[in-house]
Amino acid sequence: MDNVEANVLTTTYDKIFNWARRSAIWPMQFGLACCAIEMMAVLDPRHDMSRFGAEVFRATPRQSDLMIVAGTVTEKMAPIVRRLWDQMPEPKWALAMGACATCGGPYRTYAVTQGVDRVVPVDVYVPGCPPRPEALLWGLMHLQRKIDRMTVAKGSDQVVAGG
Amino acid sequence: MTDEILTGADQYETLFGVEEMELNFGPQHPATHGVLRLKMKIDGERIVDCYPIIGYLHRGTEKLFELHPFFQNVPHTDRMDYVAAATNNLAYVGAVEKLLGLVVPPRARYIRTILSELQRISSHLLWLATHAIDIGAMTPFFYTFRERELVLDLFEEYCGARLTLNCMRPGGQPYDLTVGWAEKSAAFVDSFPAKVDEYEGLLTENRIWKKRTIGIGMLPPEVALEYGVTGPMLRGSGIQWDIRKAMPYEAYDEVEFEVPVFTNCDTYDRYLVRMEEMRQSASIVKQCLDKLPEGPIMAKRPRVLKAPKEGEVYHSVEGPKGEIGFYIVGDGTANPYRCRVRPPSLYNIQVLPEMVRGGLIADLVAVIGTTDIVLGEVDR
Amino acid sequence: MSDSENGKPENGTPEPEEPQTEAKAAADEAKAKAAAAAKAKAQQDDAEKEPWEKDPVVPELAEADGDPLVKELVSEYGESIQSAQSFAGDLVLEVGLSDIRDVCRSLKERHGYTLLVDICGAHFPQREPEQLEVIYIFYSLEQNRRVRLKVRVSEGVEVPSLTPVYAGANWPEREVYDMFGIRFSQHPDMTRILLWEGFNGHPLLKEFPLEGIDTGAAIYPEYYEESAGPVAGTGTGWKPPAPPAPGEPDGGDAGESETP
Repeated sequence: MDNVEANVLTTTYDKIFNWARRSAIWPMQFGLACCAIEMMAVLDPRHDMSRFGAEVFRATPRQSDLMIVAGTVTEKMAPIVRRLWDQMPEPKWALAMGACATCGGPYRTYAVTQGVDRVVPVDVYVPGCPPRPEALLWGLMHLQRKIDRMTVAKGSDQVVAGG
Repeated sequence: MTDEILTGADQYETLFGVEEMELNFGPQHPATHGVLRLKMKIDGERIVDCYPIIGYLHRGTEKLFELHPFFQNVPHTDRMDYVAAATNNLAYVGAVEKLLGLVVPPRARYIRTILSELQRISSHLLWLATHAIDIGAMTPFFYTFRERELVLDLFEEYCGARLTLNCMRPGGQPYDLTVGWAEKSAAFVDSFPAKVDEYEGLLTENRIWKKRTIGIGMLPPEVALEYGVTGPMLRGSGIQWDIRKAMPYEAYDEVEFEVPVFTNCDTYDRYLVRMEEMRQSASIVKQCLDKLPEGPIMAKRPRVLKAPKEGEVYHSVEGPKGEIGFYIVGDGTANPYRCRVRPPSLYNIQVLPEMVRGGLIADLVAVIGTTDIVLGEVDR
Repeated sequence: MSDSENGKPENGTPEPEEPQTEAKAAADEAKAKAAAAAKAKAQQDDAEKEPWEKDPVVPELAEADGDPLVKELVSEYGESIQSAQSFAGDLVLEVGLSDIRDVCRSLKERHGYTLLVDICGAHFPQREPEQLEVIYIFYSLEQNRRVRLKVRVSEGVEVPSLTPVYAGANWPEREVYDMFGIRFSQHPDMTRILLWEGFNGHPLLKEFPLEGIDTGAAIYPEYYEESAGPVAGTGTGWKPPAPPAPGEPDGGDAGESETP
């Protein structure tokens, strides 16, 4: 009962907050390897990321919303990824770009973390090696759809199922 | 306190007893072009010493090489210097061909030269974009990526991939040029020198650019040779050495081009070297397209490429960053026994402390940009 | 043959045999001629063929004692230059452990090999007693030539470091230590470079497993939960599905019954 009331009361708030959050996602510059080059290519005049409001790549985690983990996460780098994730303020999302961030990619070796989701909770996975810039834009739009399902009544890391 | 008036650094030392500060230029930083960590000792804004720490992208590629047959290792080579994948491929297949005695048909050699030079253009465009952004000029990024997209379109039409190309095989080429590819590339290289003029118009005579780059990051030639520095970093220090001229491979002995060399050993000269290299690359592509011979694109080779029982080779090519070489030891099986990559960026970044000692932190950023490192290559 | 067939005595008339031997001789001759003609044609075809249309000719390992550089080095260092070979145009010298630094210094200062190209290692477990090898590659700008030096060491033996000769040998030697465990004496900073402190093992040794010995949870307990992180030999814990038993219709080639 409480959930239904909370949802009914907060739909307008949800709409406004979600619209604001999805339209101006500020990613953190976290290019690790080859996928970073395709992430930079998303910013170029052809696949323009500023259409989505996300062109402002903040260098510091404390001012960013989205951590695009682009590239291989090695065991040496994993604690640093975690530390940067902890430094980001809520609401925050993580997008695992590429095969290496999703599952270790072609590197099933002694020094590679098999997927960044062992270290941070990932919201969207974008497969590819490297994913085309259009694929990263798809991932961003997928994240925007996920943000649309957020509600103020619950925590920012929980979404309403469905959609 | 004495009665005399202290000025400059002295007043701080007396008042605060300041020692050198240790600053961590962390693995996550917009200006490090990847995951490079620098531990610096600074005295105010001056760098006293700098200790690079690498290894944040070490993926175990050399061990993976030993587990796959020769032709399966080509995609792994793409991902080391991920900005210039075609030259990595070329160095690797060149080494395998040297080990196995394969002779490449002329059409394949010309196609490889074209791809390699287009890749050099694309790598230098990316270098210019990131170097300029680090120094503060944001506009070249959008201009150069516009051209880079055209080059990547050509690559995509040829082999299907934009970045990690896998476009060469031991013995020749996997694909022939598609219909219209030669015309599109010719159109691109015809229009390209005008674009380079555009970038030079933004930066070369720009007062701010000159102030940020002239006299910064001095690298004397003897130091460069001792540290194993190669490529535009060496040519910006006055040493005329380019593997394409010294030990020609593929079709480089059949085209005419110049190797730019500048002698001031600073960041500005290395910038001029790379800008001129872009123009020369466009000219090489044009000449190769004009002279492209007909014929097969793959040598006659056995179905399974097996290395000789005892034999080891070292083969290197001139990549956009420097000399990229492969040292392959064969043991009679289809897998290399030991495949070592000689990464130019490892040696280029090793000389970084020599170049920044005594400089400002802002100059450090310019120097990292001018070394044009790719951490995928440094760490493999 | 004709004797047994005809059943005639040894001193039988040669006339009936002659046409047979003649015919046979003629046939043999014709065959030989055809074979020779075919071989000659094949050789001519081969000669007309371009090198990439013929089967590849694998280069051979050759002795290079006659090379002028080798002769000079042998006259300077004698027994330390253990062997000199050339393969596919590369000159490879094997040098004794104690003299490697002097040989490299002499190459740099007297013979003009001023550019340090690479230093790497290799592991040959089947070679006893010296299983490890350090390989040095130098280049001379004036002579436009590369030379490769190899030093064989066994485990636990220290190799003299080249940092007094080439300052750029610092990081490659650290990498050889990191990957193979070969230590270098008088090196300013003998620590791991590509892997982290506390990493267990030296990865490029042949007996090191690809997935590592204790990476993941063992190194960063505060970031990984108990069950997370790759554990030696298991990777993600995924195992390929068991193949169907030999009696089943779906498979079972050659009656293999071992589990993966």
